[in-house]
Amino acid sequence: MLTEPGRYDYLPLIDRPIIRWPNGARVAFWVAPNIEFYEIDPPDGQGRPLWPRPYPDVLNYSLRDYGNRAGVWRVMEALERFGIRASVSLNAAICDHMPDIIDECIRLKWELFSHGIYNTRLISGLSEDEVRQMVADSVETIKWHSGQDVVGWLAPAISATETFFDLLPEFGIKYAIDMVPDDQPVPIKVRRGRLISIPYSSEINDIRVMGVRGYPADKWAAMIKACFDQLHREGADNGMVVCMPLHPFVIGQPHRIAALHEVLQHVTSYDGVWFATAREIADWYYEHHYDEVVRFQASAKASGA
Amino acid sequence: MTADRLIYPHRRFGLDHDWFVHESTFKRGPLVWPEGKRIALWITVPIEFFPLDAPAPPVRPLGGLDRGYPDFWSYSNRDYGTRIGVYRIMRVLDGLGLRASATVNATVATRFPRVIDEITRRNWEIVAGGIDMGHVHHGKLELTAERELIQRTRDTLSRSSGKHVAGWHSPGHSESANTLMLLAENGFEYVTDWANDDVPYMMKTAAGLLCAMPLTYEWSDRVLLVHYNLTVEDYEAQVLQAFERLHAEAERLGSARILSLSISPWILGYPHRIGTLERVLRKISDNGSVWHATGLEIADAFKKQMPRAI
Repeated sequence: MLTEPGRYDYLPLIDRPIIRWPNGARVAFWVAPNIEFYEIDPPDGQGRPLWPRPYPDVLNYSLRDYGNRAGVWRVMEALERFGIRASVSLNAAICDHMPDIIDECIRLKWELFSHGIYNTRLISGLSEDEVRQMVADSVETIKWHSGQDVVGWLAPAISATETFFDLLPEFGIKYAIDMVPDDQPVPIKVRRGRLISIPYSSEINDIRVMGVRGYPADKWAAMIKACFDQLHREGADNGMVVCMPLHPFVIGQPHRIAALHEVLQHVTSYDGVWFATAREIADWYYEHHYDEVVRFQASAKASGA
Repeated sequence: MTADRLIYPHRRFGLDHDWFVHESTFKRGPLVWPEGKRIALWITVPIEFFPLDAPAPPVRPLGGLDRGYPDFWSYSNRDYGTRIGVYRIMRVLDGLGLRASATVNATVATRFPRVIDEITRRNWEIVAGGIDMGHVHHGKLELTAERELIQRTRDTLSRSSGKHVAGWHSPGHSESANTLMLLAENGFEYVTDWANDDVPYMMKTAAGLLCAMPLTYEWSDRVLLVHYNLTVEDYEAQVLQAFERLHAEAERLGSARILSLSISPWILGYPHRIGTLERVLRKISDNGSVWHATGLEIADAFKKQMPRAI
């Protein structure tokens, strides 16, 4: 077993290259709605229970289905109103089950990236070839339904194997958000090709803050705004990334959705913000910063820092 | 062991089961309530019995006794609801001219018939709430055993109230794969366990159709005040947010909506919370575009407008 991921070098905040975003923006802001399908009767033997109750877990299944019947449309309306394109962490089977949602994502020019096939099909314990099969299936399915080349990945339900990062570049994946060690992109070491981590968040994730901890939505909005304001200040020195992860079944509830409008009103009132998709952040970073950061890390290591 | 992880037998258009179809809440035909009201205010009051000797889970309902047998402490806290809280809530609703749908455990009817008398005297609706909170329906329950639970609940409540009981709410929103079929088979018209919509929709079972009614889970007093440990100020703010949003959507879509409030006698019936309940209900019912209705009245109004096959 691994003691540390071994996927990225130690690069302290106070000693690292400067990241510059387009037009001198201080922060790149991206929004990551997780559009997910949880099967009512998933296969057993995945290392952890998928539902707290025996089949059929009507309560928990229906709470998630709320996101796809009602919540996602509220999230779409809010983001369109503020002119922000999202980058969707997508269970690819949504393309098969609910093409109405995919059609609307396409109309809104949202990026779609792979979140596996179903949120109830973990990669934990799969062989490398099985992981390849799942990644390939998801990339091809999303391409078939949307025409988009998929370049991003988050493993379903944040499951993992020791080596799945190594396999992602084989399928055109350029970024993964399965690790959250930084407020800037981070090069990920892989066997072949290149991969980066783009900042995502467990801390200000709606499912953690409101779904698990039960904070009211106004407290969640205050957390997002505090995070944004802080990184916007720090971004004057070194460009930062703010990610707002969303789950339509959480934030898309009628008693919560006003808080999303409040957050979007706040962030769009600032100068110096690059409203980007994750793909755009990755492309910019590869073009302008990846080589420099890798060189910097190598020379820091050589000098024994 | 991992082989079936990559086989997807239900990966197809629609859902991964046949109980209802996938459709956006916002793309359904317009709903109209009497007198053109925008919001149906549907108050449900769960009237529950939590037996001391409830069997160990597979499913423990929210509020289930959790301090180990014999949990006199939690038992008596819940029992406060049937001794005191429910009557306090009745006074508040009476004062505002509101009726509720009581989701009643059958055991309450046999142990505390006075509660049933007070419900029927007010012309509240009785919704079957299962035997009691120690008889949770779940996937490991045998079909014949579950059928007996449903029939016994139905018979006990219709006998004690003198009325046909049309609605069903499973203890803890928990069902087996047979529950929906058994409910249709035993004359139930609507069910309130599924938390996936803001408006009613039709469900299909081997024994006929059922109407799914959107009883709130997310802003029930049980989730906000007990599960999440929030204050009554947070409770009030969140319920009013839900009301404002649903009301605004009803205006914009030209399609009426439902505000479901779940008010538990052992939670909001306490003296330090009842004032909040009264204030929330007053703010909502003061709005001129609210239709005060029971679950059955709403389900009937829905079904008359939406005769579509599924």
